[in-house]
Amino acid sequence: MISIKNVLKIFQSKQGQIKAVDDVNLEIKDGEIFGVIGYSGAGKSTLIRMLNGLELPTEGSVTVAGREISKIKGSELRKARQEISMIFQHFNLLWSRTVSENIAFPLEIAGVSAPQRKKRVAELIKLVGLEGREDAYPSQLSGGQKQRVGIARALANSPKVLLCDEATSALDPQTTDSILELLVDINKKLGLTIVLITHEMHVIRKICHRVAVMESGRVVELGSVLDVFKNPQQPITKRFVQQVTEQEKTKETAEHLLGRYPHGKIVQLTFLGESAEQPLITRVIRDFDVVVNILQGNISHTQNGSYGTLFIHLDGQTNEIQNAIDYIHSQQVGVEVISHG
Amino acid sequence: MADFMEMVKWDNLMLATRETIYMTSISVLATFILGLLLGLLLFLTSKGNMWENRAINVIIAGFVNIFRSIPFIILIVLLIPFTKILVGTMLGANAALPALIIGAAPFYARMVEIALREIDKGVIEASQSMGATHGQIIFKVLIPESMPALISGITVTAISLVGFTAMAGVIGAGGLGHFAYLEGFQRNRPIVTLTATIAILILVFIIQFIGDYFTKKTDKR
Repeated sequence: MISIKNVLKIFQSKQGQIKAVDDVNLEIKDGEIFGVIGYSGAGKSTLIRMLNGLELPTEGSVTVAGREISKIKGSELRKARQEISMIFQHFNLLWSRTVSENIAFPLEIAGVSAPQRKKRVAELIKLVGLEGREDAYPSQLSGGQKQRVGIARALANSPKVLLCDEATSALDPQTTDSILELLVDINKKLGLTIVLITHEMHVIRKICHRVAVMESGRVVELGSVLDVFKNPQQPITKRFVQQVTEQEKTKETAEHLLGRYPHGKIVQLTFLGESAEQPLITRVIRDFDVVVNILQGNISHTQNGSYGTLFIHLDGQTNEIQNAIDYIHSQQVGVEVISHG
Repeated sequence: MADFMEMVKWDNLMLATRETIYMTSISVLATFILGLLLGLLLFLTSKGNMWENRAINVIIAGFVNIFRSIPFIILIVLLIPFTKILVGTMLGANAALPALIIGAAPFYARMVEIALREIDKGVIEASQSMGATHGQIIFKVLIPESMPALISGITVTAISLVGFTAMAGVIGAGGLGHFAYLEGFQRNRPIVTLTATIAILILVFIIQFIGDYFTKKTDKR
């Protein structure tokens, strides 16, 4: 659906050249929710803006839905843009228009007739859950409602791709979740390809299938969200993963627990995908002569499965403990015995 | 009191008021169109905008600045040959129009430019990302989104235009300025001058009221 090949973007500034995007190659599949995460200045914003031609690459090519966006101009580009919608961090609604009129705006641009527009607007209002607010002006809406208008507006011309430029960064956590759920819903219902950029790992975890991590204009890590969560390679990726799992805090807790339980063993279990949903602890207690004490745990749900860590304390005969650990290992659950660091 | 009623020639006052209203409304309309055009060009050709073009921007800005700086009373005199070609005479209400419009349009153009600069760049970008043409961006985004500022700007301009018509009146354009000067000042009847002033004030208040009403009505922010 989207293919980014050897893309380089250089900005000229008074201080000299700035490489905003540096040799990026990405292939995004049809119907995928693809996330790009990075801190501000990593080049992710420039990258997403090249997908609808708001920025042009200095070198390389960008192809979306069979059109080479980096080459086409004028009316051809405008036609292409009707199939590549975008939603924004600050919503960018027209304040002089009501909710309905805002949603009708891209339809007016596309030259849809008035009765058709009316029908389509009604459908979209229903899709994003804004019934009853049709005649309100943006200034009368909450942030979440404004973004719903933004999404409805973006979907008006039935695009193939939806670009989300920090679409939830200006919203509170609860509203963020409801907007993310709406995006997943749209992705499933309409089979829309979604590309989103964010600096919040929470957003990636919650809705993306694959993620690219950007740093200084380069993609430093790329993979399925679950893989990246399970096994982050780059230091920056580890930092992002910690945003949601609080690995550091957990390690501290483990150290503390070691002091409190001098006997037996403290074990960290890492669950992934299917394994997170099995009654593992019950089996261990039934089948082995050990005492199991659950100390701490958390499970994160991603689009391709669950990911979790659990700290347990095992007490009993040394060989029984070892057998229990071996059993857990055989269940495709990561096991790590915590010892004094 | 009876003295006062006798001294003011009411027919002449009504005629003068009508002339002032005529000059003001025609020149406001033309100033709005010409100023909007110049203001849009100023905005669109400035740095970072759709038709970025330094040469054109400098030329329009220069034109606007020059005509905005010339005192109106001098502008009328300077434009006499031009007016003669255009209207055929330099007397009467129509003869005042070219000077009124050329004096006010650059002033309004600057206000239009400021109003357009206030529009969030993100909104323009969003329209571009939807595939809007330049014409659609101008008529569906730039003008509607800056409407309250455009209206309050034309209100201020209209009020200065009332003042300009009075000045034009003194050198033969008719209207309340002419009336106050000729029948009030030159015949030493301060009461007539005062009456003309009150008529102008009422006119100004009405313009301000209408302007405020529509500014508020269009402002949905």
